[in-house]
Amino acid sequence: MKSLARLWRRLPGTARAGVIMLGVFLLIAIIGPEVAPYDPGVTTPLQAAPPSAAHLLGTTQTGQDVLSQFLSGVRLTLELAFWVGVIATGLSVIVGVTAAFLGGVWDEFLSLVCNVFLVIPALPLLIVLLGFLNGTSAGQGQFPVIFVLSLLGWPWGARVIRAQALAIRSRDFIAAARETGERGWRIIVFDIIPNIISLIAASFVNTVLYAVGASVALAFIGLTDPNSWSLGTMLYWAELGNALQIGAWWWYVPPGLAVALLGTALVLLNTGIDELSNPRLRDVRSATRIAGRRVWPTDPTPVLGALNGRGGLGGFVRSFSRKSLLDEPALAALPAGNAEKAGELP
Amino acid sequence: MQFILRRLAFYAVAAWVAITLNFFIPRAMPGSAVDAVLAKFPNLLPPARKALEALLGTGPQGSIWSQYVSYLGHVFRLDFGISLSNYPTPVTTIVANGIYWTLGLVGIATIIAFTLGTGLGILAGWRAGGRLDRSLPAMMFLQAIPYFFLALLLVQVFGITLGWLPVAGAYDGINYTPGWSWPYIANVLNHAFLPALTIVVTSVAGWMLQMRNVMVTTIGEDYVVAAQAKGLPDRRVTFTYAARNALLPQLQGFGLALGFVVSGALVMEIVFSYPGIGYLLLNAAASKDTPLMQAIFLLITIAVLAANLVVDLIIVFVDPRVRTREAT
Repeated sequence: MKSLARLWRRLPGTARAGVIMLGVFLLIAIIGPEVAPYDPGVTTPLQAAPPSAAHLLGTTQTGQDVLSQFLSGVRLTLELAFWVGVIATGLSVIVGVTAAFLGGVWDEFLSLVCNVFLVIPALPLLIVLLGFLNGTSAGQGQFPVIFVLSLLGWPWGARVIRAQALAIRSRDFIAAARETGERGWRIIVFDIIPNIISLIAASFVNTVLYAVGASVALAFIGLTDPNSWSLGTMLYWAELGNALQIGAWWWYVPPGLAVALLGTALVLLNTGIDELSNPRLRDVRSATRIAGRRVWPTDPTPVLGALNGRGGLGGFVRSFSRKSLLDEPALAALPAGNAEKAGELP
Repeated sequence: MQFILRRLAFYAVAAWVAITLNFFIPRAMPGSAVDAVLAKFPNLLPPARKALEALLGTGPQGSIWSQYVSYLGHVFRLDFGISLSNYPTPVTTIVANGIYWTLGLVGIATIIAFTLGTGLGILAGWRAGGRLDRSLPAMMFLQAIPYFFLALLLVQVFGITLGWLPVAGAYDGINYTPGWSWPYIANVLNHAFLPALTIVVTSVAGWMLQMRNVMVTTIGEDYVVAAQAKGLPDRRVTFTYAARNALLPQLQGFGLALGFVVSGALVMEIVFSYPGIGYLLLNAAASKDTPLMQAIFLLITIAVLAANLVVDLIIVFVDPRVRTREAT
């Protein structure tokens, strides 16, 4: 718990926003369908009615309650994305770590497979696959989509994980573990994987993002089971029911906006993970104010004398070091004449 | 040279995998895909039926291996049979009609998005934490909007409510005849504006973010500091020193992203009923027009592979390190 709190403090603000947004979606997914006022599929005579007290988000053209559809849609979409994330990331880890650990011919072969699946465009392949699955007995429910998305979602993560695992494999502690006679799988599970856990997390978030986008797109074009209420199928029915033409904004805006916000949350979270693991992205985050003037880390080092017209020898010499511009303690030691200006520092 | 040869070999393998997948997918599907197709088109003429059986692997054709060989032969002769949903038209004719529209629209829009995003990324990375950089979360929101949803909104606002721009098709076939005349070209551009805008708006943020991150990392390098210490003007340091090196990963991403862009554009074409490849592919999938589906999938894959190869060649040209690494 304590380490979680520390992690939270270290997260940049944007990533925190992402975590909060994601939390809200998770909450909707967990309790949403339980508190939904109606059955999402039940039709009533109340057609395409705008939001009212009885139907908070209005109804569809066939009189279904949009709010209920939305609540169950968030759960289905997140559920699907979660499973795709778990399966595809699992595959990435297995392939990536195995390739790095075994090396040699196996590495060459697995990398080739990875790269081939990376350059073959995924969505056309998905469309072809689902086109065949559709209408057969296996084409019902969420399973076929989860299956094909996982099948095509692993190569990117595998490539990144392989590169990192390769770097770790050549470290001394792995050599030491080998010398002491550790078995191969023990080294992989206890020595290599804990060291790439942040990379695995990032790759999981990325895969979930891909799964949300792809599944919604596939559902929108009508290639998934149209009777399961996901955010994508909502948009599919809205398009089919001419929601735009009849001005039923309450029908198509909630699912579209939800997908966009969910995507934003995941991207924000991912940049947060990036910044945590890459100190360079974190440290050069902002400009500093020096003697009342904004100075960017990329600006040529200003000579202190040029900034305020005067300055002692010590300040002049210190101004040559880049670090002095970013270090507050160094600036606190400015010549006395600059004291009030130094006081403005953030 | 060796680098190029290795890449060529790699793309050959990738193309072979795609062709083979195309062969096995219908055979590996549960239930009979052919039955489903045949149920949809009950009055097929015998020759078309025979071709379909050969393509999908039913009927008395002998071993899988001989089927595969004859399939490869068909692929190399670019003979994909006859479209089922547009019955007597060969698949190749239909595909040839669609490809120009997709290439023109998606190609140009992607290049605009790439240039714009990279340029903005350079500026945002140079002034990390500045006004432009802080707008990134908003840009990420734009990127997270599904392509087709933005397209729907644009259709609603500019097409239906304001009535400024046409919302369907690639040109007005009633009042204009195709040709190199100015009114026709203007009409085509008019129709392409909203789809292109959709692609640019949703993909620009990705380029910007990636470029910005690499840029921030590059700025910390010693040679950038050295360039500043020499007193070179800011613009020169930004573009010739930092951006030029930061651009390399970006170029590599460009090749891979082409595949994703083509994919995104597929769905976008549906919304605008733009007569490109994506529209064709979806109609084919919806009506189970298997020959057309397979041909389009192969075509898209080959196009993306070719684009990747071109990007590789550009990288060899731009990055001396690739050349020297191969020479040693």
